[in-house]
Amino acid sequence: MSHHIVETRDLHYVYPDGTVGLDGVSFRITHGESVALVGENGAGKSTLLHHINGYLAATKGEIRVGDHKVTLKNMDVVRRSVGMVFQNSDDQLFMPTVFDDVAFGPLNMGLENEEVEKKVHEALETVGASHLRKRPPYRLSQGEKRAVAIATVLVMSPDILVMDEPTSSLDPMSRKRLIELLRTFRHTKIIATHDLDMAMDLSERTIVLHKGRITADGPTAQLFQDEKLLHQSSLEKPLRMQQCPYPHP
Amino acid sequence: MDSLAGGNSPLHRLDPRAKLITTLFFIVTVVSFGKYTVLAFIPFFIYPVYLISAGGLPAKFILKKVLLVSPFAILLGIFNPVIDRETMVHIGEICVSGGWISFVSIILRFILTVTAALLLVALSGFNAVCEALTKLRVPRPFVVQLLFFYRYLFVLAEESNRMERARKTRTFHRGAMGFRAFVSLIGHLLLRTLDRSERIYRAMCSRGFDGHIRVSTAIKSGIIDHSFVVVWSILFIFFRVYNIPVELGEFIMEVF
Repeated sequence: MSHHIVETRDLHYVYPDGTVGLDGVSFRITHGESVALVGENGAGKSTLLHHINGYLAATKGEIRVGDHKVTLKNMDVVRRSVGMVFQNSDDQLFMPTVFDDVAFGPLNMGLENEEVEKKVHEALETVGASHLRKRPPYRLSQGEKRAVAIATVLVMSPDILVMDEPTSSLDPMSRKRLIELLRTFRHTKIIATHDLDMAMDLSERTIVLHKGRITADGPTAQLFQDEKLLHQSSLEKPLRMQQCPYPHP
Repeated sequence: MDSLAGGNSPLHRLDPRAKLITTLFFIVTVVSFGKYTVLAFIPFFIYPVYLISAGGLPAKFILKKVLLVSPFAILLGIFNPVIDRETMVHIGEICVSGGWISFVSIILRFILTVTAALLLVALSGFNAVCEALTKLRVPRPFVVQLLFFYRYLFVLAEESNRMERARKTRTFHRGAMGFRAFVSLIGHLLLRTLDRSERIYRAMCSRGFDGHIRVSTAIKSGIIDHSFVVVWSILFIFFRVYNIPVELGEFIMEVF
């Protein structure tokens, strides 16, 4: 189980319109690590995440997921081991009912109906959404949608969880529940976020991106003390570091 | 509509394929009548009435939905009375032109077919109808398109509502939007739709999408389902061949 790693070497990406997305990004995330990816809007967080799943192909440099280099040939294996939770759950939930949506991945993997049923049940149970199984996804609240979206990914038993702004547009209680849920996962986690308090709760390590480059990579608690660094990336110290009373989940 | 499909009447439990075939047969029969048919349509109302009562559906709700789409039918037929002025029937002193009769015929046809289609969805749910289509060997891409169309119709409506609201907050009740604003609004909606479809496709790929949508549930068909199709189809053919109201009228005239 020591191969759930994500490694990039000198990753460059330029968008077709000439915008530089990534400008030489290198890091290595090892098995079981939980890493927060922070940075201002347009810093390249989503661009980087899309490379991990092979949606974008690097202009230069390489990226490895597990034992595989991310190439067109390995795409299936890579996508099976990387579970991606999208920023907008409406993009992720496209089937007519919650059950069908969660079952979509396992059915594509060619599992038997009974096995699929069991896995869907377990995944929905994990995120506390069993009661929603027959509902159409568009009728759910944002919090419920997010929970189901996570279930659709969990059900594939990914080795690595990649999340884009998982706490955005959630109310405080749903946010807290989500953090508690994510805390129980033993996967390798990469979480792009502006929610630095969540980053403190979930990630021991943080990578700061700025204009497509890594400006800092180290222990979360230490990096967030560096006001100059945060300011440069349009970020603010987490609330709890600003002497605000913060309820620890 | 889909929430109605959650009901538990024997009609709800019927194989969606049976309901789909019967509905299609009903629609084809109704449409196959001539241009000036009016009376022969009356017996056909028994089918929607039966479905509504036996399925325990709210008649008012269904009627409202039918009214919602009725402008299309009215638009289709509204010029008939103007174009076709030849007198066809005399009711007492009043002369009724062929145009009016064909107009009424269009409206009746419209009410029958649209109600039947709506009832099909209300009794089975859109997904089950799509599944039935697949089981009846309708090409998969077509069914998948239908499913996605239905799923994202709501998202699209929400999106356009949001855009319209955003526009309204900045127009200060100056009436209808100008042509330029409208073009830009539609253009943006299209671009957003394209972006979204790209994101959805990515989400599908990340879960192993390979061009096939697999659905896990199985539908079974029994003697009740078969007889539903057969009995109704025979009845429709009967209604098609014999003009029941006219025959009935002649029979009564003969007796007295």
